[in-house]
Formats: sequence, structure tokens, C-alpha cells
Amino acid sequence: MTKSIEVQQDASPIINRKAIKSYALQESAIVKWSLITISLLFLALFLILPLITIFVTALEKGWATYVASITHPDALAAIKLTLTVVLIVVPLNTIFGVAAAWVITKFNFKGRNLLITLIDLPFAVSPVIAGLIFILLFGAQGLFGEWLYQHDIRIVFALPGIILATIFVTFPFVARELIPLMQMQGVTEEEASMSLGASGFKTFWLVTLPNIKWGLLYGIILCNARTIGEFGAVSVVSGHIRGLTNTMPLHIEILYNEYQFTAAFAVASLMSILAIITIVIKNIIEWKAKEV
Amino acid sequence: MELTLKKRKKKTIIPGFSLTLGYTMIYLSIIVLLPLSMIFFNTLSMSWSEFYETITHPRAVASYKLTLGTALAAGIINVVFGTIIAWVLIRYDFPGKKLVDGIVDLPFALPTAVAGIALATLYSPNGWIGQFFDFKIAYSPLGIIIALTFIGLPFVVRTVQPVLQNLSSEVEEASASLGANRVQTFLKVIFPELLPAMITGFSLAFARSLGEYGSIVFIAGNIPMKTEITPLIIMTKLEQYDYVGATAIATVMLVASFLFLFIINIIQWYTNRKFNQY
Repeated sequence: MTKSIEVQQDASPIINRKAIKSYALQESAIVKWSLITISLLFLALFLILPLITIFVTALEKGWATYVASITHPDALAAIKLTLTVVLIVVPLNTIFGVAAAWVITKFNFKGRNLLITLIDLPFAVSPVIAGLIFILLFGAQGLFGEWLYQHDIRIVFALPGIILATIFVTFPFVARELIPLMQMQGVTEEEASMSLGASGFKTFWLVTLPNIKWGLLYGIILCNARTIGEFGAVSVVSGHIRGLTNTMPLHIEILYNEYQFTAAFAVASLMSILAIITIVIKNIIEWKAKEV
Repeated sequence: MELTLKKRKKKTIIPGFSLTLGYTMIYLSIIVLLPLSMIFFNTLSMSWSEFYETITHPRAVASYKLTLGTALAAGIINVVFGTIIAWVLIRYDFPGKKLVDGIVDLPFALPTAVAGIALATLYSPNGWIGQFFDFKIAYSPLGIIIALTFIGLPFVVRTVQPVLQNLSSEVEEASASLGANRVQTFLKVIFPELLPAMITGFSLAFARSLGEYGSIVFIAGNIPMKTEITPLIIMTKLEQYDYVGATAIATVMLVASFLFLFIINIIQWYTNRKFNQY
């Protein structure tokens, strides 16, 4: 009985494919190529042409102007500040992401789903509001404003404010990549490692980490890209002090608003190159993860 | 809490529960919960009439309509074209497909300010594309829709793509062998499977669009009552040190976002139930 069904299941798709082929199972060539053309045109108008515009405008006035724009002291200060922010924010959110994913996927406790929702919360908040909340906390009229002023600590309109706002905006990225992945992997391998006598740290390092490395890297890449490019939140808390609290996106904004288009696009082209590198790394990770 | 801890000890030998839960809760509270609660805390200190006047100011109301309208338009454009692009990438082979698939992620990777100045230049009256149109694209609501379409596209493509990939060909073959033509198979068999993913993609793009700032400010022109989005109103109020007003508008935005996510969850639950009955 079961055998005959199996044979049927194996045989029928082959007959189907040969018998009905083309128009019942596939679109005609006209439909196919129209859909491909529509897709390519849409992507050209919305994604590819803007990318080309950036590089063409950046190099419009020649290589020398381009180099001068990106080596201007204000531009260099902006690049340095953005790097500083990345070096602080990305590791902090990575550690948090791993810890949160660990507690959510390896244990059962009350309020687990609520915790997942709360971690996703920053995605539902406008970047401008993300900046505003730190002004309300640490600004001159804010909750801790008076105290901070008396102790001469600057948070808003300084580096700590930029870092806090960026952490808020990029908060869910790593945790979000890890939670579904670690959920799928379950706890059996960790339990085996623990019962064989490995320490908790050793179990994480030798069992969990190798299993999640591609997902983790993926989350870090996304977190990194957003950290470099965050504009709205940083714009609110930075105070736009040239050479001091201007990150790369803010520097681009100032140049653009001063009609220094070539210089603005020169810095923008640097950020576009970073974006392209991000996409390439992302694809390598996806390819590697599939291989494993 | 006591009870759950006891249960846990019986069930698992995996360490680090208190450490990771404690760390997660402290970090979450300091970075997200405490700062975000400031919005509601500050709003409560306002009088009702003051709050009501700020949030119903004509300029604010115009910005709500603009923000919602453009986000909706961009969301619909993205659902249609994003689904077509996902379809083309999964079902067809053509030269340069890998490259096209990669470039879909550009809006995730490119800083919003960079996207903003590029789109503004491209679609401005003298721009490469703008010059071909008699009407304004940049510095009008159309420009905002274009920026939001840019931002939202990968959300739709990347949610529809895996569903399309996992769709078993047997259902389509069954439909065809029962006599349905390709259009019928698409509408009655494939489309219902894609719909939940399309709604998810739309809602992710829409939610992002409601709060979007960086890509819009450069292309919008920012004319009060006409092309001024709600996040920009908050920004303007902050620049005038009107923290109370900024907070009131932020409350409206937050409540709207949370309400929207709630509604989407209900729709999502409903469509999943409706189409997974068999």
C-alpha cells in the first residue's frame, strides 16, 4: 500500500512537467521579460542612478578637489568622530545582543515574549524622537540637567550624547539576528557540553559561538552600517559643532546646506564605498552560512 | 518569579540565567525604557489644553496628513514593485541577477543623509531625471514619496523573497493539472501564500517611513503646511528650545506607531488564520 503511493508520488510530477509544461506552469516569454524590465527600470530609477549621481558629482571638479574635500580638517575630524562612535557602540550592542539572545533562547521564563517586544521597541521609534529623549534626560532643562551642570559633565551636545542616541537606534540589530537562529539550534549541544564537565564560559566559546558566528557577524555588519550612517538621532543631540561633534553624515548635511555640493558628495562617496563593502561582506556571509 | 526560577532549575543545566537576564534588563532599562518613558512623563506635566493646542495646531495636523499619506503611497509602490522584483529574482534567470540581488540591500547600507542628497540632486528640476518633467518632483510631496520608496524597498523584497523560495512547486502543478491557467494559479494559489509576507513587508516599510527623517529633509523642501513632515516639526521645535511642544508631538507619533504595529499584528494574525485553515 505505502509502496504504491510512493511510486505514484515519484512518478506524477515528471508526467505533469512534461505534459503541461509552458503556459500552465510558466509565464510566457513576453510576461517574463516585461517583469524583468520593470524590475530593472525600477531599481535603476530608485537605487542605481542615485548611487551613480554620488560618484559623478563628487568627481565633477576633478581628482584634486575630491582629495582636498575629504582631507579637509573638518572632514577628517568627522571621520575620526564617526570611527570613535562605531568603536564604542558596535561592541556594546554586540555584547548586549549575545546576552539577550542567550537568556531568551536558552531559558524559559515569564515575560519572555514581552522582553522580545521591548528589544524591538527602538525600531518603532523615529530617530528624531530617539534624540529627543536624551535631551529630555540630560539637556539643560532635563531631568538630570541641573545635576550634570553642577558637576560640569557634558552629555548632550557632546560625544556621550551621540553615543547614547546611536546605541538606542542600533539597539535591536544583533539580538534580532541571533534570537531566531539560536531558537532553532535549541539547547541540546550546550547541555551535552555542560554534562561532560565543561564550564559555562567554555561551553559558550567552543559550542555556541561556532554555531552562531555567521548570524552574529551578520548582525554586527547591519549594526555597524546603521551606526556609521545614523543621522536623525545624532542630529538632535550633537549640536552641530564643527570639528567637534559633527559625524560624517552631519558634516555632509552642513556642506550640502552651504551649497558646497562637490565637497558634500565627496564625503558621501566615502560613505557609499563603505555601504558597498557592507553589501559585499553581507553576501559573503550569506554564502558561507549556506555552505555550513 | 520564585516559581519560575525553581522550575528552571529542575529543567536545565545551562548556566548564566541571572547574569544574562540581569545584564539585559539593566542595559534595556538604561538605554531604552528610562529614556523613552521621559516622553510620557514630560507629557503628563503639561496641561490638557496646552497639549491639545500643540498637537492640533494646523501646521502639525498638515504634517500628520503628509507623513501618513506619503508613507502609505510609498508603501503601496513598494509592495507592488517589491513583489515583482522578488518574483523576478527567485523565478527567472538573467545576466547580472546576482548583482541586482545585492543592490536591493543598498538602502539598508547607505546612510540616509547620503541617499537624501543623491535623490534630491537626481530629482531636482535640473537633475538627470527631474529635467524631463514639467512639474516639480523634488521639493514637493512626490519627492518625499520617492525618498520613502528608496528607504522601504528592501523591507518588502527581503520578506517576500524567502516565502516565494519555499513555495513548493507541487501546489502549482496540482493547480495546473486541474485545469487552471497561469493567471488563475497565481491569483488563487500563489498570491494567498504571498499575502502575509507582503503585509509584513508593507508594515515594516510603513513603520520605518513614519519616523524617517534623514532621507526626506533634503528632498522635501520643508515648506510649512505643504512639505513639512512630522519628525521635522519636532526638529524645528527643538531648535527653538520648545521642548514641551516637541514632546507633545513626539507623543502623538509614538502612540500612532504603537497603534499601527498593534493593528498590523491583528491583521497578520487574521490573514494567517484565514489562509491556513485547510
